[in-house]
Amino acid sequence: MEPGTLSTFLKRGAIWGFIVLQLVFFSIAGKYLSLSDTAFMDLDNMLLLLKQSAPIGIIAVGMTVIMINGNIDLSVGAIFALAAVVMLDSMTWPVFAGLGDWVIPVAWALALLTGIVLGAINGLIVWKTGVDAFIVTLGAMLGYRGLVFMYNGEQPTSHLNWTLVDFAEAQFLGLPTAAWFLLGTVAVVWFIMNRTVHGRNAYAIGDNREAAVNAGIRVGPHFLMNFMLIGFLAALSAVVFYSESGSVNPNDGQLYELWAITAVVLGGTKLTGGSGSIISTLGGVIAIQLLRKGLGHIGADTETVNLVIGLILIAVLFLDRQLNLKGKQELRV
Amino acid sequence: MSQSTPALRLENIVKTFPGVRALDGVSLEVLPGEVHALMGENGAGKSTLMKVLGGLHQPDEGKIIVSEQPVRMASPLDAKSKGIVFIHQELSLASELTVAENIYLGELPKKRFGLVDWQKLYAQTDEILAKLKVGFNAKTRVGDLSIANQQMVEIARALTVDAKAVIFDEPTASLTDAEKVVLFDVIADLKDHGVGIIYISHRMEEIFKITDRISVLRDGSYRGTLVTAKTNEDEITQLMIGRSLDLSRNVNHNELGDVALEVKGLSCGKLYRDVSFEVRRGEVVGFYGLVGAGRTEIAETLFGLREPSAGKILLDGQETRIHSPADAISKGISLVPEDRKGQGLVLGMNCRDNMTLPQVDDLKAGPFVAEGAEVAIFDQYRDRLDIRTPGWKQTVGNLSGGNQQKIVIGKWLSMHPNVLIVDEPTRGIDVGSKSEIHNLIRELAGQGYAVIVISSEMPEVLHVSDRIVAMYSGEIIRTFTSDEVTEDNLIQAISGITPDKAA
Ligand SMILES: Nc1ncnc2c1ncn2[C@@H]1O[C@H](COP(=O)(O)OP(=O)(O)OP(=O)(O)O)[C@@H](O)[C@H]1O
Ligand SMILES: [Mg+2]
Repeated sequence: MEPGTLSTFLKRGAIWGFIVLQLVFFSIAGKYLSLSDTAFMDLDNMLLLLKQSAPIGIIAVGMTVIMINGNIDLSVGAIFALAAVVMLDSMTWPVFAGLGDWVIPVAWALALLTGIVLGAINGLIVWKTGVDAFIVTLGAMLGYRGLVFMYNGEQPTSHLNWTLVDFAEAQFLGLPTAAWFLLGTVAVVWFIMNRTVHGRNAYAIGDNREAAVNAGIRVGPHFLMNFMLIGFLAALSAVVFYSESGSVNPNDGQLYELWAITAVVLGGTKLTGGSGSIISTLGGVIAIQLLRKGLGHIGADTETVNLVIGLILIAVLFLDRQLNLKGKQELRV
Repeated sequence: MSQSTPALRLENIVKTFPGVRALDGVSLEVLPGEVHALMGENGAGKSTLMKVLGGLHQPDEGKIIVSEQPVRMASPLDAKSKGIVFIHQELSLASELTVAENIYLGELPKKRFGLVDWQKLYAQTDEILAKLKVGFNAKTRVGDLSIANQQMVEIARALTVDAKAVIFDEPTASLTDAEKVVLFDVIADLKDHGVGIIYISHRMEEIFKITDRISVLRDGSYRGTLVTAKTNEDEITQLMIGRSLDLSRNVNHNELGDVALEVKGLSCGKLYRDVSFEVRRGEVVGFYGLVGAGRTEIAETLFGLREPSAGKILLDGQETRIHSPADAISKGISLVPEDRKGQGLVLGMNCRDNMTLPQVDDLKAGPFVAEGAEVAIFDQYRDRLDIRTPGWKQTVGNLSGGNQQKIVIGKWLSMHPNVLIVDEPTRGIDVGSKSEIHNLIRELAGQGYAVIVISSEMPEVLHVSDRIVAMYSGEIIRTFTSDEVTEDNLIQAISGITPDKAA
């Protein structure tokens, strides 16, 4: 076995081990504490879990890319809300009145385009001004959220299209639509990050920016592309979610950025960039959702759930650090 | 040599940074198939000149001419596409990525749709690695390699493109002798193919071994070009620092005091075994051996970074355990580490703060840091070590490599330790400051410090040590007094050849 393989394996596998542990724990604890009489590991329950993971999950996949690249994006929650507003509202615009159900792809395209444009604005500012992505996207978070409120004040934006609801509630091969979108996103982005030159360069930039520059990699365009990608994914997440619910409040999507970052970090992506895995982020997303559901199953309230997730996050980072220190001592060739 | 057109020419390059005129009208000409040395003191502008050539800095004035065509190096990629390959002084690698990805960083082979052509990537890398005869493969993660092997990854980059000129900025700083041989073969091979090579090094023996001509910079200006075969060390040194140096072997022994540090049967897993030695006050003990012989690991144990698996450490005759670097510092042990970038410096901090970092706690005036005292310490060691910087406010990351090393040394000297351990103290340091640092080490011993010097440079250990501990593969083979030691028996000891007991 090559050096480093064990620690890598432990780190990659850890999140899935954690998930298994939760499943076992909640199944057993559920028997004694649960208020409902369905088993925790019920198939429907698990499918529902996958579906509920989708909105944050799709964003978290994008966040993984951004963080591997050495940046962060705090504006995803606001982009999510704005894209949702655009999608739902555009279906009622008089220009599209004659389209019938063809208005759906048009509305989707507009929403996704919104995400891409907002992401591109973030990316361009980071590229051209050199200001830290944290600051830029913090500003964008406030700014984009402001746009959401300007659109409709405190009022929700609503539009129910039954074809759309049917589509969103459909199942294909046993999996709900939202789950397909999540898994599809994971697959495509995994492919981008591991198989394309852009993806590998993104890793290199996050790992050692100076080395990347020295090697002639143009950092800015890669930043821009990744911010456009996460903008797109935040909008995709909105498209998937609001196709079903049909109504967006101006405050929707708040804290999504933090939940996404939590999932990414739980999945083992380094905060400093250069290392991380899309698949493990999926693990992180599922782990959080499982924890929420599981704690709910045994009767805990939301506040307790958040407290527990916070504690677990810190514990995970601590363990990761210990593991890394061990690796350094023993594994240098 | 006038019959061949130069591979490249630099004309009157000027480059200024805030407060520093790093290059002041420097010209340089490199012929195809020539190994051209670039020499000069730390901070003379060698790396800066190469960064201008490599597209990392834009010159304020001057021309770059490649194959008789004036060109502008807009970016590193642009320079590369014009046939200039730059092997950097500081490791410039992405540690989480594989060897192959690092060698082809910025130019991964592509298939359609922007996909990486992994097959081609690994095949090409394997070919290069075979030429370099290294012990790792294309898929190894770079972070898992030793510093020396990482350097080999850097060097491998020279072989990826059809280069007109390759710049090696102090490539041997962390290589073993065996790896140096491979590097010199690579250079010879490039030379045969008509590539022009610019070779930066502070090591005279290498300069005489492989270069054809030598250009010297001093304080950012061009001092002249010498033909290697027709010059000598003294002439080069004169050009570099404006005076000659006495590089003769150290003879005057200090008065020896009590045993300050004694180590008995110390072991640390597989890293080293059953190591015993002592260091007296006033004594310099040199540790010599190949990279990987376990010397650095012993130093790290003494500094509380590693837990020994067996054995005893005695300070002033008292058995102690050293739990952490903070513990080591409080017990009067200081370590100047081998890897200055990773372990010794906070690159984004200014010079003064780096130097006083371990003792800010002691420099307080009330609840505040006593800035005046900090500046005083900085000034003292800047003068003593001749650190070239426009002032204490300069960010350490902007200093030349050698001057960074001096900051680290100054930092630990200012702690007034009882036992000072220096690991490769003059790596990347110019001849003038090198002898300065050697004198300083002797002087410190003279003041009653116990000093351990770890070095892979034979002239250095011979020059500064009262006794020399020769290590091979984690074991002490023999301890020489300075009267017994010769280059031959030292080489034998560190290559694992059993010493002749009678000798
Ligand atoms: N980015 C920068 N900003 C400010 N000053 C700089 C910068 N880069 C280099 N300098 C200064 O320019 C001068 C020349 O530095 P350079 O790195 O070229 O020296 P060098 O000859 O390579 O020295 P060494 O042998 O120590 O590597 C130094 O005084 C250094 O502090
Ligand atoms: Mg240099």
